[in-house]
Amino acid sequence: MTAEAKKAPPKSYIEDGHTLRSWFFSTDHKGIAVLYLVSITLFFFVGGAAATLIRLELLSPNGFILSNDAYNRLFTIHGVIMVWFFLIPSIPNTFGNFLIPIMIGAKDLAFPKLNLASWWIFVFAGCFVIAALLIGGVDTGWTFYAPFSTMFSNGYVIPAVVGVFISGFSTILTGLNFIVTVHRLRAPGMTWFRLPLFVWSIYATSLVMVLATPVLATTLLLIFAERVFGLGFFDPQLGGDPVLYQHMFWFYSHPAVYIMVLPAFAVMSELMTAFSKKHIFGYKVIAFSSLAIAGLGFLVWGHHMFVAGESVYVGLVFSVLSFTIAVPSAIKVFNWTATMRKGYVSFDAPMLFALGFIGLFVIGGLTGLFVAATGLDVHLTRTYFVIAHFHFIMVGGTVSCYFGALHFWWPKMTGRMYPEMPGRIVALLIFFGFMLTFMPQFILGWLGMPRRYHLYPPEFQVLNVLSSAGASILAVAYTAPLFYLAWSLFYGKRAGLNPWGAAGLEWMIPSPPPRENFETVPVVTWEAYPYPLEPQPVAKEDGR
Amino acid sequence: MNPLLPQPRLALPQLSNYAAEYDWLFFAMSVFSVVFVTAIFIAILYFAIKYRAGSPADRTDRIRFRSRVILESSWSLIPFVLLLVFFVWAGKMYVAWSMPPKGALEIAVVGKQWMWKFQHPGGQREINTLHVPLGQPVKLVMTSQDVIHSLFVPALRIKMDAIPGRYTNLWFTAKETGKYHLHCAEYCGTDHSVMGGWLIVMTPADYQTWLAQAGTDLSLAGAGAALFRKYGCSGCHGANSTVHAPSLGGLFGTTVRTEDGREVLADEGYIRDCITVPGKNRVAGYPPIMPNFSGKISEGDLIKLIAYIRSLPPGARP
Ligand code: HEC
Ligand code: HEM
Ligand SMILES: [Cu+2]
Ligand SMILES: [Cu+2]
Repeated sequence: MTAEAKKAPPKSYIEDGHTLRSWFFSTDHKGIAVLYLVSITLFFFVGGAAATLIRLELLSPNGFILSNDAYNRLFTIHGVIMVWFFLIPSIPNTFGNFLIPIMIGAKDLAFPKLNLASWWIFVFAGCFVIAALLIGGVDTGWTFYAPFSTMFSNGYVIPAVVGVFISGFSTILTGLNFIVTVHRLRAPGMTWFRLPLFVWSIYATSLVMVLATPVLATTLLLIFAERVFGLGFFDPQLGGDPVLYQHMFWFYSHPAVYIMVLPAFAVMSELMTAFSKKHIFGYKVIAFSSLAIAGLGFLVWGHHMFVAGESVYVGLVFSVLSFTIAVPSAIKVFNWTATMRKGYVSFDAPMLFALGFIGLFVIGGLTGLFVAATGLDVHLTRTYFVIAHFHFIMVGGTVSCYFGALHFWWPKMTGRMYPEMPGRIVALLIFFGFMLTFMPQFILGWLGMPRRYHLYPPEFQVLNVLSSAGASILAVAYTAPLFYLAWSLFYGKRAGLNPWGAAGLEWMIPSPPPRENFETVPVVTWEAYPYPLEPQPVAKEDGR
Repeated sequence: MNPLLPQPRLALPQLSNYAAEYDWLFFAMSVFSVVFVTAIFIAILYFAIKYRAGSPADRTDRIRFRSRVILESSWSLIPFVLLLVFFVWAGKMYVAWSMPPKGALEIAVVGKQWMWKFQHPGGQREINTLHVPLGQPVKLVMTSQDVIHSLFVPALRIKMDAIPGRYTNLWFTAKETGKYHLHCAEYCGTDHSVMGGWLIVMTPADYQTWLAQAGTDLSLAGAGAALFRKYGCSGCHGANSTVHAPSLGGLFGTTVRTEDGREVLADEGYIRDCITVPGKNRVAGYPPIMPNFSGKISEGDLIKLIAYIRSLPPGARP
């Protein structure tokens, strides 16, 4: 590089092009991350609107706005959208996309065009689901249990199933892309054990994506064949077996819950170190526990079927395996906590989200043990206890981490700081709003209120009203960032290279990063999280 | 005790042999969880305060590699061993739950969108309400006629799916007389949330009396079901009808709004009028096509038809 080129820093990826074409057809991993961010935000608010209506309706035991059918359609669309169109793509496809190449010192993912194709496939899939919603909705629940979904439902099952089927290709391609990228494109000196733990955890997620999603695709194809052509797979009247469906569905869907939570673990390791200014406690333990979770996740699907006619001894095996998988998760929590020890802990919004994650994830995980305990599950399964359990993990845990990540890397992605005070307030509101929404649901479940109930016995009203009150706090807290983050795009403080004083290659390049990420290929000579930071290894002037 | 008295139920009664032990295990796991959460919380709070960015605390780290290994292995192994205790305890209950004792009273259960049909050994049938004797093991033999349902009685702390094409079992011994919620817990379509009723536990003597009574009462309704088809009512009111006619499920005892804006209680007399003088109370929102059956149906048959309509639970299509 000539001295002249050094003076004018390279254009950032945002300034790289200003046409719609430059956004929608750019193969730059950072641009695609932004596309994902915008599209999943839209889906998050569609799914959230459904949740809001559900909670509003449940204020009264007799319902007061919706018919039974309308209610059933609402919770189905809520589940389908939140799982496949928000949560599964959330952290991997936005932050994974944006950060993995940068964190390993590469210019882009291994297959940039495939990456762009994944986004288009995702949008195409989303169109089917939105169409299903607009022409009248689906009433099967996100689980599409047969034979209800194949022979009895009068909703638009096919468009929804086709949408989820197509979105699977997006997931598989993304997973594949990440795996190859991590294997092939690491910068010189970036050995496996120098990778940030974010990369390890997203790598584990990608393995699950690639291995589990094809099973979902097969299952959905069989639903299609039974519903459209009357081929008997699941309906006993056609010679099928309805329990077979549940085995196939959960063989995918249990690993899928780890697709949803491993990325949160990824974010956690970055946040805890950056805001404790300390090397992670137990690097290898955390890295390997991600892989252990990814592997064990494939062996526990039967815990969804303890009362579905599964043999008792099979049930016991699934139960003990499910207890086992709790251990690597607990280990991670201990290590994150221990990371704060002897650090310099500060409490900016991302750290508040991270601490909130620990609280909510621990409760979600512990109640997971209740439902993994066969004898206890017999009463708790299919009740609000289960709803509360998985929301604590998926929403309390993952969505909190997603917001933590959004605040943490926002300066890197946009070049602007978000306003700190609103960020902290939102982090606290989400935590307490969440507790108020879902704690009462544990009690409801214990008292025996089944899930997917539009009308419920009047003695459950008080707890339901409390839960809805919490939900209204959540609605405000989840919407607020939309406003102050948009504001910060124009009026936020310039971020500079490294506003958090954090370690990691992404904090050594300008914010927002240039199209090619690095002017010269970085050579890594240090371990991950080298806190307390020496004067930065490749430190430069502020990019501006 | 009057078994029909509704009972407040916020604190869940321990109705079954299963319930007392269940509650103990639940309590033990809750204690374990609270201790765990508190420990993490205190650790975080302690580190957060002691090592906050501005504090002067000493940061030299003297922890050696060996003690790290000991730390990591102990906080993996100790929780795991504790968890195994819970696994074994819960597993024992699960095995017991799956093994009905010999000689239990067998009741057949059929789930159907959206009602539960029960049949006692003596042939007595009932819908959505299940009468069982106190203190005697009861075994439910369950299946479904259409989609998957799940029979759930929270007071018993047990549930079991009713699956089309196969039989599943659920057994319990009820320990207190009374009236307890009975639900469908597996989502099964439109009226899933109202697919349920009551479990009524009676003393063995009361149960015998009930059985004797139920035999006659239900045969009326049963005969009515046949007449409902014979007279062609099902052509309009039945599940497969294409005519716009009201579903009669759950009609009995509700208030009906008529075309001319009155509110009428749907009792025996009202239903009788509907059949014999259909012009009298036209239901709002339906075409006036209900035929006049006066003189065509005997009194005896009317009584049976009414008994049948009365037996239809909400949401049922005859
Ligand atoms: C040709 C179609 C038809 C046939 C056959 C028919 N009904 Fe109806 N029925 C209707 C319609 C339409 C209504 C609603 C309008 C009205 O009240 O007249 C109705 C109303 C009723 C109601 C009042 C329902 C309510 O919700 O208040 C009862 C009870 C009833 N029918 C019973 C019977 C019985 C018993 C038979 C057989 C003996 C029968 N119906 C045969 C069409 C039919
Ligand atoms: C943000 C991510 C979220 C995800 C991934 C998510 C996921 C799910 C899933 C998978 C279900 C099961 C659907 C079913 O049973 O068919 C569900 C149910 C439910 N969710 Fe969420 N959810 C999210 C947020 C929320 C929020 C914010 C609220 C409250 C405001 C909420 C309220 C509910 C309720 C009340 C149900 C139960 C519906 C019923 O079974 O009757 N969810 N959610
Ligand atoms: Cu699972
Ligand atoms: Cu049901």
